[in-house]
Amino acid sequence: MSSGITCLSDLKPGQSGVVSDFVGANTIHLRLMELGLLPGTAVRCLRTAPMGDPLEVELRGYHLSLRKAEAATIAIQTA
Amino acid sequence: MSEASLESAVTETRVRTFALIGNPNSGKTSLFNALTGLRQKVGNYPGVTVERKEGTAYTQHGKPIRIIDLPGSYSLQPRSPDERILVDVLLGRLPGEPAPDAVICIVDASNLERNLYLLTQVLDLGLPVIVALNMMDVVERRGLRIDATKMARILGVPVVPIEAARGKGIIELRVAMSRTDLPTAQGHVPFPAPITTAVKELAPLFVRKGSALPLAQAEARLFLGADEGHDLLETLAGAALTRIRLARQRLDREVPGWRSELITARYAFVGEVVRDTVHRFNPHRPSRTDQVDRWLLHPVWGIVALIAVMGGLFYSIFSLAVPFMDAIDGMIGWLGGSLGGLLPEGDLKSLVVDGVIAGVGGVIIFLPQILMLFFFISLLESTGYMARAAFILDRLMNKVGLHGRSFVPLLSSYACAVPGIMATRTIESFKDRLVTILVAPFMTCSARLPVYLVLIAALLPPGEHRAFQQAGILLSLYMLGTLAALAFGMLFKRTLLKGAAPTMVMELPPYRLPQLKWVLLELWDRGRIFLRRAGTIIFALSIVLWFLMNFPKPPEAVELDTETAIVMEEDPSVLETSFAGRSGRFLEPVFAPLGYDWKMTVGIIASFAAREVFVSTLAIIYRVADEEDTGSLVETLRSQERDDGNVAFSPLTCLSLMVFFVFALQCLSTVAVVRRETNSWRWPLFQLAYMFAVAWSASFIVYQGGRLLGFA
Repeated sequence: MSSGITCLSDLKPGQSGVVSDFVGANTIHLRLMELGLLPGTAVRCLRTAPMGDPLEVELRGYHLSLRKAEAATIAIQTA
Repeated sequence: MSEASLESAVTETRVRTFALIGNPNSGKTSLFNALTGLRQKVGNYPGVTVERKEGTAYTQHGKPIRIIDLPGSYSLQPRSPDERILVDVLLGRLPGEPAPDAVICIVDASNLERNLYLLTQVLDLGLPVIVALNMMDVVERRGLRIDATKMARILGVPVVPIEAARGKGIIELRVAMSRTDLPTAQGHVPFPAPITTAVKELAPLFVRKGSALPLAQAEARLFLGADEGHDLLETLAGAALTRIRLARQRLDREVPGWRSELITARYAFVGEVVRDTVHRFNPHRPSRTDQVDRWLLHPVWGIVALIAVMGGLFYSIFSLAVPFMDAIDGMIGWLGGSLGGLLPEGDLKSLVVDGVIAGVGGVIIFLPQILMLFFFISLLESTGYMARAAFILDRLMNKVGLHGRSFVPLLSSYACAVPGIMATRTIESFKDRLVTILVAPFMTCSARLPVYLVLIAALLPPGEHRAFQQAGILLSLYMLGTLAALAFGMLFKRTLLKGAAPTMVMELPPYRLPQLKWVLLELWDRGRIFLRRAGTIIFALSIVLWFLMNFPKPPEAVELDTETAIVMEEDPSVLETSFAGRSGRFLEPVFAPLGYDWKMTVGIIASFAAREVFVSTLAIIYRVADEEDTGSLVETLRSQERDDGNVAFSPLTCLSLMVFFVFALQCLSTVAVVRRETNSWRWPLFQLAYMFAVAWSASFIVYQGGRLLGFA
């Protein structure tokens, strides 16, 4: 797989990357940062929910779910 | 005695207060239970602990310590009413509640970084802190080792490794709590200079009598970080508010993105602590949670599993509880018979047997089923499956426009709307919270269960394979209520309470084995609450209802001798001339289009106090009217006739009644709690009115539509 910038919602299950930035102004960003999702943090997409939304991701050793709409505002650098 | 030693003697005798704080799912509730022995809910779902809970622990020397269990939170920057409470308690902002003497911060060692983030905020309050490092066993299994001694040295506060669920390390924690010289350790995290300056300038605004400077600085930082329009700001007076706003504007200009820089600085410090104290001795293995979730969150099997879990839950409520219910039914019958034999004929016997025993007994019989329901809910919560259910169903909730966090309150409302409505405090936006509150009572609560069960039994006589059909009807009633909640949620969200689309950021905690001890204790608590309700509210209402149904008596009954009086009591006219009968007659035209006669109308009126009162009222009404009958309530109902000679509880009437109960808000406790949570009478009254309108219309459609289609 080619390396480059994508967004969290476009990661395939099992694929991982590093948060590079937050796009746009969204109050959810500060909350996600407090949960440990910062620029530089490694994340792995685990799965999407059976009905296609939300996503489950792994970061800092724990599992977090967030909706695709929010995940789309998080830029990811893939290896 | 010198003044100094006198003062220390006074401090010695005063009961010290510790606040217990930590992330959701960090085992905080288990630790609270282990320390205080107080019964409390152990859940695995974020946001279970909403109410402020307090208990007493004892030091190694037997001195009492007050422990306040604060709601679980990821941060001290409050975003929901729930987190507001947390901050208000810690900063001593609540009237009559000074800041705690010390804080026990529970840190989930298996989720160290995110938990340490909260700890850095707690340390900056400048209060004495003890770190309880929980889940050390999980860490071990994952192949990691944490050096608690080194961590204590870096942080400058005591760090006690514990396993709260197994009670390990509690003694060591008690020893630490016994210390009167607990250290404070603020200032680990360096902030950009302009922020530090701003906080220093603003801190004097928040110095209260007796409170330390670090606490005032923490409060200043909190207000600085609060978004414009946050309800926290409403607590400030004009000049202070202006100075906060000015400082924030300056920061916005001088340090763009200063809020995220605060967070990054804390996580940088956390990273250092982790690097110095955590050692991996085993390679990473996929956890049990990952393996289980491969199936339980599978696109196909996940949904199958969810349906199976919910279906199994409802089926077992019917099949497994039956023997216990029969036993209770037999006991109530026996009690009524033997007490009735002891008492002389007359009003007293009628009051005891037909009023109290029939009324209270008619509700108590449902105890096994209600316990069964709570057992399953408690099991789902404490294992972590509840969060998975929310994860699977979120798409649905999102379509409706409801908040992901609305799921827990709505699900809790299956048990009872009162704790469900209180659980909405975890929702940040008031509008989203209000939508959830307004629709929560549509969820089928346990008080509806007795009503449904009686009506289903009256609708379908017992026989082969009836359990399946009965479970099917019950499941459809639950689904109808749920759909109504979602539909009205969507309606309110799009009209009355328009707002931005809510977000869904939720932790999926690792699966944990339920602790049977706490599940059973919870069950015991639920059973006690239910029985206390039956013994007090239902008991009192039964007596009141009995009087309303028996008085005033028909005028001639007074002069007749005992024998004729019995004949008179058999005559339904006693009920007819009574207060209850008259109001039933008076309101009959309102409910006649729904297929209810005036006796059922009496039951409906009474049920607005609490739904299950409908059952006890029916029990009393038909006992009053039919002295001879000793069979169960269901048999009695099936044999009832209307004034015109038709069957009273025809299938269509039963359906219409069930539909009415699906939609109507018949619960004084709910009205009271909505009044309290929304701080006005406007919303509870609106809720009462719109739900009644929906209930009436739906029952009207069912009954009249059914008749048009040719059903009886």
